[in-house]
Amino acid sequence: MIYFDNSATTKVADSVLDTYVKVSQNFFGNPSSLHAVGQKADDLLEQSRQQVAELMGVNASEIYFTSGGTEGDNWVIKGTAMEKAPFGKHIITSQIEHPAVINSMKQLEKLGFEVTYLPVNKAGFVSPESLAAAIRPDTILVSIMAVNNEIGAVQPIHEIAKVLEKHQTIHFHVDAVQAIGKGFDALLREPRIDFLSFSGHKFHAPRGIGFVYAKSKRVFQPLLTGGGQEKDMRSGTENTPAIAAMAKALRIVLTDEDKKVAQQLAIKRRLLAHLQTKENMVIFSPDAPNFAPHILCFSIPGVRGETIVHAFEQKQIYISTTSACSSKKGVESSTLKAMAIPNHIAESAVRVSLDDQNTLAEADEFIQAFDEIYNHFAKLYV
Amino acid sequence: MEYTEIMARYGELSTKGKNRKDFIGRLNGNITKALRPFTAIRIHPKRDRMHIVLNGESAKDVMTALDRVFGIQTYSPVIRIEATDFEQVKAVALEMVNEAAPKAGMSFKINTRRSNHEYPLDTNDINLALGDFISDARPDLVVKMKQPDVKVRVEVRHDGFYLSYLTVQGALGLPVGTAGKAVLMLSGGIDSPVAAYLALKRGVAIEMVHFYSPPYTTENALKKAKELTAKVAAYAGPVTFIQVPFTEIQEEIKEKVPEGYLMTVQRRFMLRLTDKIRAQRDGLAIFNGESVGQVASQTLSSMAAINDVTTTPIIRPVATLDKNEIIAIARKIDTFDLSVQPFEDCCTIFAPPQPKTHPNLEKTRHYEQALDVDALEDKAMANLTISTVQVGDKFLGQNADAAEISQLL
Repeated sequence: MIYFDNSATTKVADSVLDTYVKVSQNFFGNPSSLHAVGQKADDLLEQSRQQVAELMGVNASEIYFTSGGTEGDNWVIKGTAMEKAPFGKHIITSQIEHPAVINSMKQLEKLGFEVTYLPVNKAGFVSPESLAAAIRPDTILVSIMAVNNEIGAVQPIHEIAKVLEKHQTIHFHVDAVQAIGKGFDALLREPRIDFLSFSGHKFHAPRGIGFVYAKSKRVFQPLLTGGGQEKDMRSGTENTPAIAAMAKALRIVLTDEDKKVAQQLAIKRRLLAHLQTKENMVIFSPDAPNFAPHILCFSIPGVRGETIVHAFEQKQIYISTTSACSSKKGVESSTLKAMAIPNHIAESAVRVSLDDQNTLAEADEFIQAFDEIYNHFAKLYV
Repeated sequence: MEYTEIMARYGELSTKGKNRKDFIGRLNGNITKALRPFTAIRIHPKRDRMHIVLNGESAKDVMTALDRVFGIQTYSPVIRIEATDFEQVKAVALEMVNEAAPKAGMSFKINTRRSNHEYPLDTNDINLALGDFISDARPDLVVKMKQPDVKVRVEVRHDGFYLSYLTVQGALGLPVGTAGKAVLMLSGGIDSPVAAYLALKRGVAIEMVHFYSPPYTTENALKKAKELTAKVAAYAGPVTFIQVPFTEIQEEIKEKVPEGYLMTVQRRFMLRLTDKIRAQRDGLAIFNGESVGQVASQTLSSMAAINDVTTTPIIRPVATLDKNEIIAIARKIDTFDLSVQPFEDCCTIFAPPQPKTHPNLEKTRHYEQALDVDALEDKAMANLTISTVQVGDKFLGQNADAAEISQLL
């Protein structure tokens, strides 16, 4: 079995699951309880926060635990909108954001906010100039992802930050769900970024856990109100087992990150080198510094993406159409659409996404399977 | 710049006549303790200065540690160069000037002292040779004898040249321990750790006395007091922490004393107990963090009614400071953020809504007679918990086993 769908989700690491189980058994207290059982869980919670903060190079007070990437995106966007509505109701994002961002924007539009969806060029990049042109006096938020989940395009975060230097009151949110552990430390530490959202299950932590970095002194509203957990910013009894498990998973994924990234890049390069020998192939994720090392999106025009996915499935190789979130609905990729890729090519797109568990041997096996599939369909369609 | 030693100059203790030897010995001991983590260094105490040879340890880290040792007036990071290597002396002198005078138009001066009179060049020769060399390399600078921007000090000793240009103010004060020993009443608020710091600054070795009233106060309040002690220990070395069980006494007072006098009587118990502990521990005085007029127990009338229980000197270092001045010191010694963490302490829990700001001494004594003072205090004294707190010790948030947590994470 070859699992090449790591941008959809990753397998929980054994040692991470071990932490989850042990914390559930031995640290089951509510961190808000005054007694020792609760305080013990609180210690673990705060040490987890400290560890996450240190790994991200920020202060512990700037880390908030959430239920995952979708909540993080929703929270920062709507929380900023609620806080800053009196100062302006204009938001800027891009056409290639994750649905968690896009649909938060759609909801805000119904509430009277105005949203500018920046276009991307043919390669899949937002231009800082178009951002600069879109900024208005009533702009309150800019939300641009770090690494696109469908084709792996790394957005020009530093250049966007430079544009925003002149607009200090605008909140700058970066959806970093696909960027963690993939060699983007410098990008994520860009000082102008005010908010980052992360999801645990993309780096071998369990589902249902994630975190948000919120720069100190940047004010936004909570989405979940209640018992006042997370400094009154995200109520709900803390998911201590998942939080500790995620802190551990983060440490593991960032240990020897360079080596792991190099390995994923080597796999991607081997696959690319082979795909590029084929006629009629369209590659959306070239080997370039502004493309992520772990995502490879391509089309065999004429063959529907789902068909390719199932053909690989028969060989026990698991890939996806462009993104798991939209793959079942059968709609063509919003990123490729934004890139003005013709429909028949966009519908044929599939995505291979790697992580540190994958090997070059798997790449060779994939190549063999690919050739069989490619030759089979070439007879029928090309 | 690779500094080879730090030269510390003694402050006030230079003026202390025949006690000087004891003072230097104590300072030497305190510096040794403060620099214990730096295993490679060697300390050479001399009559009016101390040479701390770094042997490769980081000058910056050693200087940070020295900043907390009282009795040092100033210190300078120094580079030692072999007597035979005058070319290297020139190079280092130039490097120092470059570092300290980066801009054109700034002024410098070479100041040579020579204790090795066998060295072929005399003071003037050396001043001229180095001055010329630097002027050639940096024609944009000017030489100035009076108040130059940069003064490079060159000392020629038998074992080589010693070059320095930086002089940093030390922690001042007197070496801790030279003024004797006292106990300090540590509540957990902002003021008492500052009082501790100021006591230490005048050379007083202190032991902490803390009143603990479970279940009225949480264990976190006790841990906070200990963690504050750990902060103060940065200036003191390891500090003895004496925990006094106070619940029973407070309950007894609450039951038998009229509300307006609860606080005054309670404070008298605290002071009497502290005085007994002081006698037991061979202390000479009691320090606390009272500031005149700050709260009901700190009016002059209250102080008089409370102070009535002892003739031991009670020293209140922050007595006449404004809250803002106290906070400024608390921030400097890094106790402020800890002090403002909200845990009930033994002073607030039994505070009546309207305590007497001007308690009457006679009435206070009268109400106290309803209590069996001796029996209550003997019991408390028999149940003291004494521990030692080191700098950097953590107490708050240590409910879970650290090893267990680190394995999980």
